[in-house]
Amino acid sequence: MLRFIINRLLQGLLVLFALYTITFFLAKAMPGEPFTTEKNISEEAKAYQRAIYGLDKSLFEQYLRYPINILTKGSFALSTSKGRPVEDIIAQSFPNSLILGLSALGIAICIGVPLGVISAIRKNSWVDWGAMSIAMIGICVPAFTVGPLLQIYIASHLPGLKVAGWGSPADIILPALTLGLTTAAYLARLTRGGMLEILSQDFIRTAKAKGVPSNKLITKHALRGGLLPAIAFIGPSFAALISGSFIVETIFQVPGMGQHFVNAVIARDEFLLLGVALFFGFLIVIMNLAADILTGIMDPRVRLGSNQK
Amino acid sequence: MTLGQSGFKIYLMRLLLIFLATLAALVMSSCDNNQTAVDKATDEGILIMGNTSEPKGLDPHIVSGVLENNVIRALFEGLVVEHPSKDGVALPGMAEKWYPKNPDKPDEWIFELRKDAQWSDGTPITAEDFIFSFRRILTPALASDYSFMLYYIRDAEPYHKSQRTYLLCRNIAPFKDNWEILKEVDLGPNGESELDFNKKGIDHLNTKELIELKNNPSLFDWPNNISDEIRTVIINKNLEFAKSGKSLWELINFGASAEDPHTLKVKLNSPIPFLPEITKHYTWFPVPRHALEKYGKEKVWERIPEWTYPENIITNGAFILSSWKFNEHIEVKRNPKYWDAGNVGINGIRYLPISNLYTEDRMYFDGQMHLTYSLAPELIKYSRERYPNEVRNELYLGTYFIRTNVTRKPFTDPRVRIAFSKAMNQEALIENVLKGGQKPAGGLVPPFGEYKANDSVGFDPEGARKLLAEAGFPGGEGLPDIEFLTTDKETAKAMAEALQAMWKQNLGANVKIKQMEWTSYITTMFEKNYDLAAGGWIGDYLDPLTFLDMWMKDGGNNRTGWHSPEFEALLKKAADTGNPEARYRILEEAESLFLSERPILPLYWYTRNYLIHQDLKGWNPLILDNHPYKFLKLERNQNNRSEK
Repeated sequence: MLRFIINRLLQGLLVLFALYTITFFLAKAMPGEPFTTEKNISEEAKAYQRAIYGLDKSLFEQYLRYPINILTKGSFALSTSKGRPVEDIIAQSFPNSLILGLSALGIAICIGVPLGVISAIRKNSWVDWGAMSIAMIGICVPAFTVGPLLQIYIASHLPGLKVAGWGSPADIILPALTLGLTTAAYLARLTRGGMLEILSQDFIRTAKAKGVPSNKLITKHALRGGLLPAIAFIGPSFAALISGSFIVETIFQVPGMGQHFVNAVIARDEFLLLGVALFFGFLIVIMNLAADILTGIMDPRVRLGSNQK
Repeated sequence: MTLGQSGFKIYLMRLLLIFLATLAALVMSSCDNNQTAVDKATDEGILIMGNTSEPKGLDPHIVSGVLENNVIRALFEGLVVEHPSKDGVALPGMAEKWYPKNPDKPDEWIFELRKDAQWSDGTPITAEDFIFSFRRILTPALASDYSFMLYYIRDAEPYHKSQRTYLLCRNIAPFKDNWEILKEVDLGPNGESELDFNKKGIDHLNTKELIELKNNPSLFDWPNNISDEIRTVIINKNLEFAKSGKSLWELINFGASAEDPHTLKVKLNSPIPFLPEITKHYTWFPVPRHALEKYGKEKVWERIPEWTYPENIITNGAFILSSWKFNEHIEVKRNPKYWDAGNVGINGIRYLPISNLYTEDRMYFDGQMHLTYSLAPELIKYSRERYPNEVRNELYLGTYFIRTNVTRKPFTDPRVRIAFSKAMNQEALIENVLKGGQKPAGGLVPPFGEYKANDSVGFDPEGARKLLAEAGFPGGEGLPDIEFLTTDKETAKAMAEALQAMWKQNLGANVKIKQMEWTSYITTMFEKNYDLAAGGWIGDYLDPLTFLDMWMKDGGNNRTGWHSPEFEALLKKAADTGNPEARYRILEEAESLFLSERPILPLYWYTRNYLIHQDLKGWNPLILDNHPYKFLKLERNQNNRSEK
């Protein structure tokens, strides 16, 4: 197991470096530069600004300098668009995204998994069709439609809920719901599929024949295997949820991380872009690893497989 | 399949109940007595206002945006402050009194600073603070975007541009009164040159490089009209100075000086009757040297983001920074050390960085803020019907126009430019597309004060066709395909399509729309790689010059390729005129001349649409939109309570 983890971590490091290289050169390929403004700045002032951010160095030097500064000084450079260190921006916005992402995931699991299980149990009944239709709508309707609808029809009428803003715990509900609904829909479909496969297997029939109570049959026997596809999906989608969403953050005025991905590109802020891209990459690597480990624990077949190697 | 649904159902119900209970608890926890955030804030005397986005910083010497300006004006105060309801009127700020030494030739101003002024940590504010601040923003390595706002001060420009040779040689023969002979020498950087020394420019060579150059003058590409003697003088002067190790600051005869700790004298390059208006701009605000020096004596000339963080910042305005949560809010609270603290009407301001205007408007309707930054055009009608007293539409000091590239056919011909201008139905565009109550532009400079706005621009399809025919394109025949550059916003597209149709219908011109993402659009415009380009300009201070001087030959914001010696002569004449009225007449003449050539096609004058809560008193229309916060008041208005 330890070897497996170390192996995967090394692979992750390689992935991160590839991600850095691609992002760096893509950022450099963008037309214009961070100091392009509508009101003209003199060439000299621009030259000094480039010097302040080290953008006057050769491309190769810049390419090496960024990772070296991260490793030696823990510095992700100064954001050109926000005038403060990138690590500071991530440190201030990630906790908000984390809370929002966890809540969204909670909502997604609470809605998606039971819906999927019920659909599987009552396969091809109206319950199944109803649930799966809702799930399909959930996948198709984008957040920028759901968000304003929730604001207008729920938040404006319910005292205690604000249409947007961040500060009190209740402010998490609507953005988390908006963010979680799509994931819930995917989870419902994946859980249904997984459950159906398991429920048709021999060991379930045996257990049923032995007289295992039906609720125990599902929670103890079927769910464990039936959830595997859902868990494989939760890993990376969890990383996506906690790294924020530009749309949800903009609609609900959440000071999260998602907006930086978009704004950094618009502002040609390559340091912020590299910072958030690497951070997101790091989360993906860790979450994939966690999902693999979890699958191993839940599914003896995977565990055995890795031991034999 | 009927697998024990009942047992599982109970399990699910339990899960659902827990989930709902958590939600209910969360909602209840934040719900007290049905009071909205605005009601609570009014009672506490806190103004909540939208401010579009997270500022780039709060250092007045580094930022350049409107939203930064909104926060900085609460924290810092300049020599004079805005009047709460009258444009172009200055009230005492850090200065108690101000006047030009000679009213007929206002090129030297005296500011008598108040003796009770102090920083928020109790340190007194003196004239030296201002001189330090002027020097800091002019320091080349600080690379401020807005240093040019101080170029009116004598020697500010050559210092900021590091014009060493000019400063060393301007008063000696053979250059005195004959500076033109050095026009072609690369004193500053010349990126296009092959030679390293030309690339750097003589002004930027260090001692070692100058010695090298002295020994071998051919290392630099000298223009033919420069004799050997002149070369020697220039190199020797520069070398001598470089060896001395002095800073350029010691070389200049800087216009601002402290007569005594409370008298600031400002000597200008030319008479400027509106100088107090310029000092309202944050580039003229003082910053605390002692707060910057905590990071090192020499660091004060560099960028230090940390000094503006809430725990470190020291300010001199009506408010001090109390909380700054990235992308969440910025809060300022009353500054007890402010000289006029007794007359400050509110206890604090909370700025919300809401970038989406629909979100902002929804938050306003939800009772979360007193003041929005803007009102979405689609919501203006709805808001007028439901909240007639809370919608404002005010003229703003900005003009929207379309640049023509006068170096490309067919816009080399002013008749074609004017034809395109006359073919635009401004009113129809505003009424049907923009819907923001903008004013059709009659000229370049928006109407304000004593300046008479131009009215030569307007919709005249007949005249447009006639002019186009005169230029050799009757009915649009023979016109090449024209490309109209604009941004990638939805509104920009709608507007471009409307104009495209107008030009087609009224002139028979085929215009193609090219939308580009913001930075690419700016870059393309700078490179003059367009035929027509959408654009606009917001005035920096209340004077027509802020709209006119950008069209000079080498103006970085010109980007049309147009220039005119007569136009520049008029601006020069205005610059030498001390009498404000006579000066305005000359500038009006310059504007007329400019419009008769029409390198840009003015479309509309900006207006600002926003929502304002009835609890907020003292927020009057101001064309620059720089509202002095200290005169505001918050009082409960019982007739107009927003309830859920």
